Amino acid sequence: MMQCLPCCLRVLAIAWLVGLAAAPTSTYAYEADLGVLVRKSQRAAVKVYGAGGGGLVAYQSGFLVSPDGHIATAWSHVLDVEPVVVLDDGRRLNATIVGFEPRLELAVLKIDAGDLPFLELAESLPELADPILAVSNLFGIASGGEPASVMHGSVSAISRLDARRGTFKTPYTGTVLILDLVANNPGAAGGAVVSVDGRAIGMLGKELRDASAGVWLNYALPSSALREAIGNIIAGRTVVASDTESPPLPRDRSHHPESLGLDLIPDVLEHTPAFVDRVRADSPAARADVRPDDLILLVGNTRIGSQQGLRETLRRIDRRDRVVLTLQRGAQIVSVTLQP
Amino acid sequence: MKCCALIDSAAVARLIRTASAVALLGASAGGLPSSASGADTDSRNSAAPTAEVPAAENRPAVELDPRLEEAERRRIEAVERALPATVSIFVPGGGGGGSGVLISPDGYALTNFHVTSPAGTYMRCGLSDGRIYDAVIIGIDPVGDLALIRLLGRDDFPYAEMADSRRATVGQWCMVIGNPFLLATNLQPSVSWGILSGVGRYQYPAGTLLEYADCLQTDASINPGNSGGPLFDDSGRLLGIVGRASFEKRGRVNVGVGYAISINQAKNFLGDLRSGRILDHATLGATVATDAEGGARVSNILQSSDAYRRGLRYGHTILEIDGRSVSTANEVQNVLATLPPQWRVKLDYLDRGERKSTLVRLANLHGFDELLTKMAAALPPPPPVPDAPKPDDGSEKPAEGSGEDDQPRGDERPPGAEPTGAIPEAVAKLFEARRGYANYQPNRLKQQALVDALRRRFPPVATADGGEKVASTPGVVWRVEGVSDDEAARPVKLQIGDGSYSLIVGDRTVQASKASELYDGVLAGNASGLLACLEAWRALLVQGPAGYGECYYRGQVPLLGQRPLRDCLIGVAGELEAAWLLHPESGALEAIEVTADRDADPAELLVTWGTDPAQPPTHLELRYGTQSLLKLRVETWELGPTAEGQP
Repeated sequence: MMQCLPCCLRVLAIAWLVGLAAAPTSTYAYEADLGVLVRKSQRAAVKVYGAGGGGLVAYQSGFLVSPDGHIATAWSHVLDVEPVVVLDDGRRLNATIVGFEPRLELAVLKIDAGDLPFLELAESLPELADPILAVSNLFGIASGGEPASVMHGSVSAISRLDARRGTFKTPYTGTVLILDLVANNPGAAGGAVVSVDGRAIGMLGKELRDASAGVWLNYALPSSALREAIGNIIAGRTVVASDTESPPLPRDRSHHPESLGLDLIPDVLEHTPAFVDRVRADSPAARADVRPDDLILLVGNTRIGSQQGLRETLRRIDRRDRVVLTLQRGAQIVSVTLQP
Repeated sequence: MKCCALIDSAAVARLIRTASAVALLGASAGGLPSSASGADTDSRNSAAPTAEVPAAENRPAVELDPRLEEAERRRIEAVERALPATVSIFVPGGGGGGSGVLISPDGYALTNFHVTSPAGTYMRCGLSDGRIYDAVIIGIDPVGDLALIRLLGRDDFPYAEMADSRRATVGQWCMVIGNPFLLATNLQPSVSWGILSGVGRYQYPAGTLLEYADCLQTDASINPGNSGGPLFDDSGRLLGIVGRASFEKRGRVNVGVGYAISINQAKNFLGDLRSGRILDHATLGATVATDAEGGARVSNILQSSDAYRRGLRYGHTILEIDGRSVSTANEVQNVLATLPPQWRVKLDYLDRGERKSTLVRLANLHGFDELLTKMAAALPPPPPVPDAPKPDDGSEKPAEGSGEDDQPRGDERPPGAEPTGAIPEAVAKLFEARRGYANYQPNRLKQQALVDALRRRFPPVATADGGEKVASTPGVVWRVEGVSDDEAARPVKLQIGDGSYSLIVGDRTVQASKASELYDGVLAGNASGLLACLEAWRALLVQGPAGYGECYYRGQVPLLGQRPLRDCLIGVAGELEAAWLLHPESGALEAIEVTADRDADPAELLVTWGTDPAQPPTHLELRYGTQSLLKLRVETWELGPTAEGQP
């Protein structure tokens, strides 16, 4: 019986295509409609190119969530630089990172273009066994203006990842859609999972491997969990890119890492990540339990892309004010408040 | 959105959940596909039982949507149609294996070069009818990773119908059938179902030779052992030959990305594969780069290339090759890599805003020795199968192969070097080793068949019993008279035979008495090329393949860039190379090309026939490049003894 199950799900995949058929007398009618859904998904899909190296690929996937050029994608190392986005029509555009939500491993990009095809985000979770398409640029197969890869399958489980915390190294602890297709490959993160009604029901997550069993997970973050964050980022209600508009305070009146008790790793790169090397005793950082190897992601609502970015942001905060840091500690996201 | 209007999503969801309920209740009688073949065999031992379902009376009465049942019925039919043509290939001696697919009733099957290379000349092949057949290598294409093998013992093999893979679209259902992990030890292939994830994909060369261009990408499960097997569309027609997958850090198992060589590429190479030769791929003799403003711009071109002779220059933009439009460097390569060398194809390009259309002859990608060296170096290891099944474990195995375990695996040997004593006699009889060939025998037979076809038509040849006509025997001269097919309508007289060649057009005479003079004429691109072409025809009729220093069947090529593909026979005599192009069905000789120098245009004689194959041709036309030099309307064509006096 257990062995039968995946097989049944495959049969269901046919079922939904039959559901698409305009007229059952035309045996091939459903293919045309599947083609419509495939093209709709592909047209909203984008390729994202950014930082890579050291065994990490420099590309990932994303999809348009508004006609004005907002793109949902995975928050990852690829976005360590301002990324370049290639649309389905082959246009190659510079993108800005509008904001991101580390707990959801979500980032929203913006390109300067309008009237774009996009996918609506589903409000609720899909049902178990719902058939889906996954569209992404896995393995970077599609280059230039070539359309993204499309795969099919179904939602085989809807489950919380934190049910087995520690097994999967991810800061995301909410509900995920477990898929019956091998969707989460290098470059697939940020791709769209599309339902039969043409809405995005989820976003493919970064590759996750069961630490003990070595099994790779095929999953997506449900749109229902992403919608609000995406909306907030687009509306400017949440994390924003580094604030360089307001003037910095004089050096002796502003914060800097040392004033908080933070020694960072040597700043040797153009964009050295803001990793904590040492925490000085009896400092605000020590009292807030900041630890070596913590990565500083946010200061307040401002994204920290590098040590230089951290210093510039701290220069705009009065030394007498408290500082809220969002840290990545291993697979966890931690918020701490440093009281001077 | 427009899409939503087409879809009643609530109905779909209802339908799915209804079907889901049925499925979860264990309705294996409700139309789940069984993997067993439709063939009448008693080896159907793997599929779930389909008869009795326990506690059937407890199931709720669920009505399946008739469209669901219809779709499922169609799928089962497609699987049943496709399954019998699928071949499970095993390398004798446990050296691995793979998959293949039959494409003709006389046993020809396509597979991957990397599946046959460990085996060399001889494989054992299982079909879903539960029988094992011996198979012999026919031809290999190491660059395109294709191989043609022939299964022996029947002339009524089931075979797959080929689709037009150019019409394949992303999202269409497809299936992969084959022998993943060499599981088909019971000879029942595995079926996996999926969609096309991408079409027209280009995969960079792996190693030094292999190149996958214009291939199909699918999410149907592809694993080691599926190599060489068929990718079918949802009605069981052959879309491609599975050959490669993105195996990365998850290990050598399916990662949702598999590639198939398009069946249209295989169709292009099929004639050449049947020649038994080790095949090369083609180059235009030019490199292209994708222009910033779009378009495939020529960034470099060899002056010796045919493309250069036809006017292609640096900076021109290539618009179309072989009728397929291209706009990027990748697309150019996607088309070129699917075409055999020496093909002449249509090329459209933009020269300073002016569209030009011409024909170009593609050159070989590798030198002949270079190809053989690279092939020997690039022979991929056999698919990693932890427990390679021995074919003689099964009871179905015929008895005569029991000694084959002593046979080496053969993966270090170049194809053709197999000791013939180690293979069954029936296979050995169909194999002839020769350098440059996977198997020389099909080539030798085809040479003879083509010459026989020529001899069955005009001009007649002396029969063995000294029949009434003594035409194309040594010492016989062809005398052709007619008029030039132009406004001048000048009288034309031709004489071909025994060291005495002459052509008279109006008041101009061209004469030659030896081959070197014909060579000079072809090199100079003058009218005596007509004599060279006719002499090549006469000599082949008189002497057959043996009359040439080297004679071989090249395969099939287009004529003036047009299909159907013509059978092409090559003969090299001294410095002249002749090519004869015959219609694949009628056997009519349609063109003769004589090449004096690879870097110059050959003389090309187009031969037009009337309806009666016993009558002489009606028209002859001599061409160099794309220029017509002389057109002749034939009035008489006499065959007689050597002339006393020169005209």
